[in-house]
Amino acid sequence: MIKDIHNWLFSIMPEGVASITEMVLIATAYLILFAVAGLYLVYLERKVAAWFQLRLGPNRVGPFGLFQTMADALKLVSKELTSTDRIDKFLYNLAPYFVIIASLTALAVFPFSKQFQAFDINIGLFFLIAVSSMGVIGILLGGWSSNNKYALIGAMRSGVQTISYELSVGLSLLTMVLLTGSLQLSEIIEVQRTGGWLILQGHVPAVIAFMIFMIAGTAETNRAPFDLVEAESELGAGFHTEYSGMKFAYFFLAEFINMFIVASIAVVVFFGGWLSPFGITEGITWFPEVLWFLIKVLIIILLMMWFRWTFPRLRVDQLLTLEWKYLLPINLVNIVFMAIIIWLNWTI
Amino acid sequence: MESTVKGSLKTEEYFINMGPQHPATHGVLRLILTIDGEIIKNVEPDLGYIHRSIEKMCERDSYQQIVHLTDRMDYLSSHINNEAVCLVVEKALEIEVSDRVKVIRTIIGELTRIASHCLWWGVTGMDLGALTTYFYAFRDREMINDIFEETCGARLTMNYNIPGGLMFDIHPNFVKRTKEFIAHFKTKIPEYDRLLTGNVIFHKRTKGIGVLSKEDAISFGASGPVARGSGVSCDIRKIHSYSAYDRVDFNEALLTDGDCFARYNVRIQEMWESLSIIEQLIDNIPEGDIITPTKAVIKLPKGEYYQRVETARGELGVYVNSTGTKNPYRFKFRSPGLSNLSVINSLSKGSKIGDLVAIMSTIDIVVPDIDR
Repeated sequence: MIKDIHNWLFSIMPEGVASITEMVLIATAYLILFAVAGLYLVYLERKVAAWFQLRLGPNRVGPFGLFQTMADALKLVSKELTSTDRIDKFLYNLAPYFVIIASLTALAVFPFSKQFQAFDINIGLFFLIAVSSMGVIGILLGGWSSNNKYALIGAMRSGVQTISYELSVGLSLLTMVLLTGSLQLSEIIEVQRTGGWLILQGHVPAVIAFMIFMIAGTAETNRAPFDLVEAESELGAGFHTEYSGMKFAYFFLAEFINMFIVASIAVVVFFGGWLSPFGITEGITWFPEVLWFLIKVLIIILLMMWFRWTFPRLRVDQLLTLEWKYLLPINLVNIVFMAIIIWLNWTI
Repeated sequence: MESTVKGSLKTEEYFINMGPQHPATHGVLRLILTIDGEIIKNVEPDLGYIHRSIEKMCERDSYQQIVHLTDRMDYLSSHINNEAVCLVVEKALEIEVSDRVKVIRTIIGELTRIASHCLWWGVTGMDLGALTTYFYAFRDREMINDIFEETCGARLTMNYNIPGGLMFDIHPNFVKRTKEFIAHFKTKIPEYDRLLTGNVIFHKRTKGIGVLSKEDAISFGASGPVARGSGVSCDIRKIHSYSAYDRVDFNEALLTDGDCFARYNVRIQEMWESLSIIEQLIDNIPEGDIITPTKAVIKLPKGEYYQRVETARGELGVYVNSTGTKNPYRFKFRSPGLSNLSVINSLSKGSKIGDLVAIMSTIDIVVPDIDR
């Protein structure tokens, strides 16, 4: 079908216009897809939290409360945008866009299935890490410009946290890149078709890398137990204290899309992306491979939600101790081990 | 006001208001923090946002009415507050209440203590970022509230004690439901431990944080779990036994570390002790009158009277100065919350904002009790 649209567009328009139209169409499709995905992640989070906490969760709007987050989003869109006095207007308004654009751009390179990938560049993994870490600039701007001490403390914590944990995210993924020999996401998955999932291929170092990635990824998305940025018992709402309406919704949505991104990277790099486990649907041509991708992502997301609703929050200095004194050295040693394993050809 | 962080980077102290509307202050308490980055230099509590001049109102009211004011102070241990006023009036009038009243008062008081500690446990978890604890605690607290609702009709500002005894007898279901609760709660405290007490992050957040030395605890007049976490033996139920506490066997929870974790553990232990106290009494509530009649207008003989009780938060003292009329000349509460709050500055100096939250929640303040 996508091919048909492509051919039809090129048949009725000159080539330049057609390709631009196509880009816009794809972008719109992605935007809608991820706005909805983000909203349903919020719904899922609320439901999961409710299950953990002996509650029912949203159950009034629509069947099983499925439209609850839609209604919430509608409410946020229709709300008046209020702000406080003496804010830095330009930066204050810019910040939410920074955050949401950073998250949405990262989605572009995701390999949902063999056919379903907006663009497949050869530095895919690098691009992902680079773009998704841009979001912190938005958080810093938002905290700085809103003329609120709580927001500023939250933003500063966020800066410290993201910059520190970026290292661990990068290094743990680099450990796996040693195995694949490529940064291109589709190729990373292809490697796993023959050799099995990378987490199995790489023995112990891969498992360690996965654990580090999960810890650092949770920290990078500012989720509990690393949610110091918006630690509500300490800072009210953290960096987005002064934001309301749609601007707040951007921050909120970006947080959930970021969670999706971290889970997706984990799935692509450690669990074979859209490949079925043990190749059970390998021969079935009509089986949508994207389903495997989504199932795996959901499992990782559930794991992250489990963290959030079970653990207390770390303190800011403990957070940095964990990164600089434990995760980073372990990571560096781990990468050397991985190199030795590949050098000696011990991979499965 | 400027300090230097390792070399040339200059930092400046700034003020920040924590409260009166802030999620961590558990009510309308305002803390004026002086902060250098994340490090707290000074904490100044600013009180009075919920001051209702209860002590002055007491001078206007009759003794029966005063009882009903006290459950607006520390609303989490309202039965115990009521009991304190009743005890002081009974002491002054030299009324001896029946054994039945004494035992029921003790059971109700201990249930109140468990309910209060339950809520505290949930909120402590929430302050430290583990939101799930709150809902677990409320599930169990709800059972106690149901028991109270059946017997005395209210769920928060409960009134059951009156000078001379009790308003009415316990509900026929009371014993059965209390036993059900004990059986239920015995399986739930280990669950609390699994969820929070054993958590590594929780240890990191509480161990060695906000250490209150034994000397400081005494000189600040801290009482209750705050003082007992620092090794000060101050359980009024033991040292000035009242109601039926002299006929039950229980241990005073005492720990010597003085940090947040010690205060936390004291309260967890107290829940076990309270369960054991109720267990010892619930099966043999003696028969007897539930009220020793007093005159319709109570006039205390001229003089000063004082009664101490152990609420969930510490020592509540009630001082009455009577001139022989139907109203007290002066009524004064020594509330545990105020003295316990006074330690906050010395505990949190030099610690982080995150620590202040941990310290505040383990001090377990109830703001209406501080302001009165």
